[in-house]
Amino acid sequence: MTGNIVRGLRAAALTGTLVLGPGAAFAADPIKLGVLEDQSGDFAAATIGKVHAIQLAADEINKAGGIDGRQIELVTYDTQSDNTRYQEFMRRVLQRDKVDVVFAGFSSASREAYRPIVDQFNGFAFYNNQYEGGVCDGHMIVTGAVPEQQFSTLIPYMMQTYGKKVYTLAADYNFGQISAEWVRKIVKENGGEMVGEEFIPLGVSQFSQSIQNIQKAKPDFVVTLLVGTAQASYYEQAASANVNLPMASSVNVGQGYEHKRFKPPSLKDMYVTTNYIEEIDSPGSKAFYAKFKAKFPNEPYVNQEAENSYLAVYLYKQMVERAKSTKRDDIRKVIAMGDVCMDAPEGKVCIDPKSQHMSHTIYLAKVGADHSISFPKTWEDIKPYWLGEAGCDLTKKDPMSQYTPSNPPPKS
Amino acid sequence: MDIASIAFSALYQFGDAFAFLVLSACGLAVIFGMMGVINLAHGEFIMCGAYVTASTVHAGLPLPLGILCGAAASALAGVVVELLVIRQLYERPLDTIVATWGLSLIATQGTLILVGSTMAGVGTPFGSFQVGQYSYSIYRIVLFTAALGVLGGLYALFNWTRFGVLARATIQVPHMAAALGVDTRLIYSLTFACGAGLAGLAGGLYAPTMTLVPTMGSTFIMEAFVTVVIGGADVFLGTAPAGGVLAVVKSAMTSWQGQLFGQIGLLIAVIIVVRILPKGISGFVLRERA
Repeated sequence: MTGNIVRGLRAAALTGTLVLGPGAAFAADPIKLGVLEDQSGDFAAATIGKVHAIQLAADEINKAGGIDGRQIELVTYDTQSDNTRYQEFMRRVLQRDKVDVVFAGFSSASREAYRPIVDQFNGFAFYNNQYEGGVCDGHMIVTGAVPEQQFSTLIPYMMQTYGKKVYTLAADYNFGQISAEWVRKIVKENGGEMVGEEFIPLGVSQFSQSIQNIQKAKPDFVVTLLVGTAQASYYEQAASANVNLPMASSVNVGQGYEHKRFKPPSLKDMYVTTNYIEEIDSPGSKAFYAKFKAKFPNEPYVNQEAENSYLAVYLYKQMVERAKSTKRDDIRKVIAMGDVCMDAPEGKVCIDPKSQHMSHTIYLAKVGADHSISFPKTWEDIKPYWLGEAGCDLTKKDPMSQYTPSNPPPKS
Repeated sequence: MDIASIAFSALYQFGDAFAFLVLSACGLAVIFGMMGVINLAHGEFIMCGAYVTASTVHAGLPLPLGILCGAAASALAGVVVELLVIRQLYERPLDTIVATWGLSLIATQGTLILVGSTMAGVGTPFGSFQVGQYSYSIYRIVLFTAALGVLGGLYALFNWTRFGVLARATIQVPHMAAALGVDTRLIYSLTFACGAGLAGLAGGLYAPTMTLVPTMGSTFIMEAFVTVVIGGADVFLGTAPAGGVLAVVKSAMTSWQGQLFGQIGLLIAVIIVVRILPKGISGFVLRERA
């Protein structure tokens, strides 16, 4: 329906036959929003919901009159969980489709694959995903949560509750490696001890030996930073070998809804810090969940990244309307004012001008023996402070780089 | 920690790696090793078995019956695929690569569209047991036993039954077999179905332990191909020792340096074996060295 209106409008605009009725507030062309997300392949389970969330937000905005009177037109490609597809399609949306903004990416490997292309063609991209943090790039806005929001809350809580010996099991690529570095740093700062670390190549599905390594190291809890559907087999295999250790994670449950996919009690005592999951019991969350289910009744789960993607569309709307322009430089001037905030389903969120990352409400979700979710703790308004404190200030300088605790921004 | 429990743990890890290699490979050993069809859709036959197993278990069937249903469904899919696609391509082995690759893409994407991005798991049965400081999953022992059972069954099938003799005759010299009155088309069909069914069986057996997603077949395919390639043409004499050798390398490297080195070790072992024994282990055993 709305698609037809959009196409009709565009055709009319192109042929110049649009006759404006009295009082009609239609501005020229629609705003083109590129959507590059994995709708097939290893990551699809976690990311199809992101596309749906963007469609939901765009429909709502279009029905309410669009962004400053301009309709949103989505240009969607399936990136197939494949980094080279991201590069292909990023060039395509920026060069051929000439989109105003791109919402792109799940895995950090894919983000780092497309980010240089966004920089090169002077594009503007939203990365609506939690990740290992550290991207200081004026061409990017990150709406997902970062380690200072997810690990600085989670790891001290776990160490207080269960003990100071920590074992990390992480996916072997930039996300897992850098996240593990964060865990190491926070464990050390809190007087704990890393009793082991193992990195698992993406696509590995057999964990007998890793399970034994964990049992040998005798940790108090295991930090699982496993990514992709193949690696999720770990939980079932660990449960059947009776490992019986509490787990902590920044990615599970909140992305791949493992607690719904596996038979209880394989995820018992899994703790996750997330800025949204569908079980959150607040009016904002419930309203969002109801809208989502009304439009996509078969959606298996409304996850953290779906909410990040949904609120990103509204943030973009707000910034464009305030800047009265879709140009990145004009929008960044609005961000620099430091008051780009909104009431998202999770609670209030704001964009930090220095890093162009988001503040979040962080919920600690605990998976029970019957795979029900409880929230033992909530941290409100956790700011993405690390990049700013480390020396990244996008209002002054745009280094277009990613930093880590061991590789911070150069002091100048 | 005493010697016995260390020895048991090493044995368990070996058995686990062996079971995974052999079960993922035996269907391919029939289709690729014996028949020479490079079946890139092997992983999707495994996925089919796993999905049917999980669905039937969700519908209320006990797991062993569910696994048999999975194997039967894959075998049936194998008959259809052989009839519609593979049969036209026996003389064109390279074209089967493209055809089966296409099939695998269609199957993966079709499952994603029809069934959705994930399927609920069925849970691993039997629980765990303790040896020394480690606890182990009993189901993993079941998998190892199943791998041995499948190898024994294949040996018996191809050496002691009439079907086995006809299948080997048909595949070695098809026109001679045809001249002697063997319905070679039927034999090809049944052999292919047998391979597909074995893949389905592997899927069914691993379904309780894994994530059920449309792409799950791809986690088996590398192990399956390397085992068959270094095993050579004989299903029993190739797959069993190949699985044994690779399992030793993989479990030792994984316990020493982690999963990444396990995979590296596996691939290096394959390169070395293929370099020394171009016809695979079974070729060496049967004195067919080039």
